Amino acid sequence: MTAAAIDKILLSFFYELQNYFTLAGRTFVRIFQRPFYYREFAIQFDKLGFASLFICILTGLFSGMVMALQSLIQLKPFAATSYVGGMVAVTMIKELGPVLASLMVAGRVGSAITAELGTMVVTEQVDAMRVEGTDIIKRLVGPRLKAMLLALPLLTIVTDMVSIFGGYIMSAGYQINPLMYISGLPQFMVFQDLIEGVVKPAVFGGIIAITGCYVGLNTKGGAEGVGAAAKKAVVLSSVLILICDFFIAKIFVVFRG
Amino acid sequence: MISNDSIRMEKLCYSVGGRRILENFDFQLDRGVNRTILGISGAGKTTILKLLLGLLEPNSGTVSIGNLCITGLPESGFMQQRKQIAIVFQGGALFDSMTVGENVGYRLFEEGHLSQAEISKIVLEKLGFVGVEAALDLYPAELSGGMKKRVAIARALAADPDYIFFDEPTTGLDPIGVYNICNLMQRLQAEGKTTLMVTHDLATAFATSQRFTFLHDAQMLFEGSEEEMRCSTIPEVIEFLSPTERSLFV
Repeated sequence: MTAAAIDKILLSFFYELQNYFTLAGRTFVRIFQRPFYYREFAIQFDKLGFASLFICILTGLFSGMVMALQSLIQLKPFAATSYVGGMVAVTMIKELGPVLASLMVAGRVGSAITAELGTMVVTEQVDAMRVEGTDIIKRLVGPRLKAMLLALPLLTIVTDMVSIFGGYIMSAGYQINPLMYISGLPQFMVFQDLIEGVVKPAVFGGIIAITGCYVGLNTKGGAEGVGAAAKKAVVLSSVLILICDFFIAKIFVVFRG
Repeated sequence: MISNDSIRMEKLCYSVGGRRILENFDFQLDRGVNRTILGISGAGKTTILKLLLGLLEPNSGTVSIGNLCITGLPESGFMQQRKQIAIVFQGGALFDSMTVGENVGYRLFEEGHLSQAEISKIVLEKLGFVGVEAALDLYPAELSGGMKKRVAIARALAADPDYIFFDEPTTGLDPIGVYNICNLMQRLQAEGKTTLMVTHDLATAFATSQRFTFLHDAQMLFEGSEEEMRCSTIPEVIEFLSPTERSLFV
């Protein structure tokens, strides 16, 4: 690979990065400006958030069950099965709940946002909106961002609760005293962990919305372009979620001291 | 209102991915002079419309709406000027998630100056003008190609613009559909609207415009009236008007 080729790739990368953060910044500012598009927000909250509830419940239930199962197997030789509730709770609330729910939603919602906006771009609907005097960031990106910022933390809370319930079912199957399981839930946690468990999905929701919108609004070509854009959005938002998860965790560890 | 009564592009260059679409292109649309841009598919005709509307940013040169040079300005900086222009996109570009009525009243809803009743009245009036009142509550997916174009015209008319751009308005329509669109354009012109159309459909162009611009290889090769065009000695223009075997596989 020649220096010129590397130069071109780096330029392209930083150009995309700049545009991505420009869109994110502009959207964040404009969600506080009129018009607020309440109806559009409600539609997006329903389409992106509420419609993802079932998939998050399934994810939470089976993740909690498998967490409890593996923990029970590992803890049994040490006669420490009373800790299983705490282990499930802390793991799900701090890490797996936000990450798994976000990855599931990224796959479902990220691709939907990109496909919808991408189709609007290739059929010139976005251009038509611009000509009609609409600020497309306020009209198209803002409501999706707001919906995801609100919906994903709520979905994660549901995922966490269902996973703890899944762990409870599994523990009950292994003759663990239910009271022991429930009383063990808070033993490894501090209040900051609950904050972490809500901050993470809010950030991930923002990533999913902005990535989906950015890739969608930059779609080129016809149906093939829309398909490629949807795939790109899912991969990109999933990778960004995992990267950001590490950095947010690191920040919380630093503040915890 | 556009004070200078014209929309212009001067010494405009535009390229995509290294392919030049327009080079040192000068163009002016004066109020009251209905114009058509002709050229083969892919010549850059639609690009001109998008540049004039500020939807695309040129590599160099300027676009002016009235006295205001819009090149380099953010969209919010020329929104008032652009409100005097409407466009009918090739495929209609109707919003899938909205009914026909919501599509037509979109700009009025967005502006928020009028009541629901006033907007409904305007929407019905515009739909009546294009003859598709019955489609008020239908979604774009339920319309035929010709109806979509007529609804798109109704949407363009809703905000009472001075200029209306048409991007290939008759492509894909049957002869009756073409006749309807031509008739609508002539009625709009009679009402004082200035139209700018891009097309490769000569019959529609000659039926609805007074001035013609021929685009070829990123340059304006010809500009003039129908008579001047028919008498032109420019080989590309002659070939475009009456294709011969020379055009095969070109």
